[in-house]
Amino acid sequence: MNRREGEGCPRRNADAVQDRDASANPSSPVIAAFKVFQQELDTKHDKYERLVKISRDVTIESKRTIFLLHRVTSVPNAEDILNEADVKLDAVRQKIGQIAEELRGEDIFQFHRAFTAGIQEYVEAVSFLHYIRHRSLISLEEINARLVFMTTEKGSAEALQPGGQVLTFQVTPSDYLLGVADLTGELMRMCISSVGNGDIDTPFQLSQFLRQIHDGFSYIGNTGPYEVSKKLHTLRQSLGKVEDACYALRVRGSEIPKHMLADVFSSRTTLLDPEEGVV
Amino acid sequence: MSVTEMFNYIQGFLSADQDVREDIRKVVQTLEQTAREILTVLQSVHQPSGFKEIPSKCAKARELFCTVRTQICNLKTKFPAEQYYRFHEHWRFVLQRLVFLAAFVVYLENETLVIREEVAKILGIEVVREKGFHLDVEDYLAGVLIMASELSRLAVNSVTAGDYTRPLRISNFINELDSGFRLLNLKNDPLRKRYDGLKYDVKKIEEVVYDLSIRGLAKEGETVGDK
Repeated sequence: MNRREGEGCPRRNADAVQDRDASANPSSPVIAAFKVFQQELDTKHDKYERLVKISRDVTIESKRTIFLLHRVTSVPNAEDILNEADVKLDAVRQKIGQIAEELRGEDIFQFHRAFTAGIQEYVEAVSFLHYIRHRSLISLEEINARLVFMTTEKGSAEALQPGGQVLTFQVTPSDYLLGVADLTGELMRMCISSVGNGDIDTPFQLSQFLRQIHDGFSYIGNTGPYEVSKKLHTLRQSLGKVEDACYALRVRGSEIPKHMLADVFSSRTTLLDPEEGVV
Repeated sequence: MSVTEMFNYIQGFLSADQDVREDIRKVVQTLEQTAREILTVLQSVHQPSGFKEIPSKCAKARELFCTVRTQICNLKTKFPAEQYYRFHEHWRFVLQRLVFLAAFVVYLENETLVIREEVAKILGIEVVREKGFHLDVEDYLAGVLIMASELSRLAVNSVTAGDYTRPLRISNFINELDSGFRLLNLKNDPLRKRYDGLKYDVKKIEEVVYDLSIRGLAKEGETVGDK
């Protein structure tokens, strides 16, 4: 019964093999202890994997919601899109309810890495929808207020069942921060595409809003999670593009036919070239 | 809430978080110092003269573990008990070292594998997460693997010091440990990497045992003097 991998080390001592087989006695306390460890580790890994799967679903549906929301600038009836987005995000919240169910009784930080990406994407989507509707930044409290789930006695998360227990999911300030950082990229895209559709009000509103967010991130600096520093760099670029768009609109807006506005903002270098002639 | 208000709130949260981590770091430093002291005491068993003094060194080490228990009590006060894993990274390394040191002491005393509950008692902590500051099973396993490396070194030095039977006992012990680890389904994480080192310890000890047996030096129950 030789389970050794070998690794180029030939069997040199028959006694050693016998000793090893004797120690692999299944009723030894060491082996018994390791069987317990095996079960504990398997249980933990299985839960982690389940959370990763749910988190991936959350990411995909949140991203699809964001793509959907970008269409509000090019469509006459924005309300339909917003309602559809609401429905999609309700489905995402159900998924987050499943995450909350898996985390019931656990230390959430033991599994945080499994679902942080999904949660950040959800924050991005829900804050994007909120901005489009209310022209303001959704607060962490407002996000968490909607992540309250009533559970049935069987423990599945469903909405508002009488006699059930309350289960909540709390987005951490750090995940909120990272989600908002990603939001700024979408807002920049919205700015560019709204100009291309002839909307010359939105860019100025967005510019002011993005500047506030940027100032907020600058205030936090590197006291936040390290990913924030990386995202701050992208945020500065987004803000720059939006500010340049506003500049161009202010200085040259009247000269440029609306259908050509989008071309003007396609790259920052174009905007900075004073010799650029545009018809 | 305006954008500015939101970021002020977040900054407050992050700042408080940093303060907690700073407090934790300070206590972890004291733990690391004590761990180094325990290691210094136990390292000396590798010296030829050290073998006779094993019981007194174990006693000295156990005294130092009293200090560890006090320091861990202090550590527990620095953060909310239900947020163990939020700050776990700060003490994971030193805790694994302390597990190794506890396991090494127990091995030197009675040549058995210390169980998780025993380590937890030596360190003054729990085994079950719900009960408080606990010993994560992966940290326990990592500490045991560190001890395996130490034992492979001890096997070599035992021979040099003239003790030709200890390596055989170490060999049996490590092989049983290896059988135990083979039962685990490990992911590609730091524990897995550390476990990959175990086979080199096994090999090294096998070679020591081989060297002894072909020269007829290893006889169970006898200690042969220096040649």
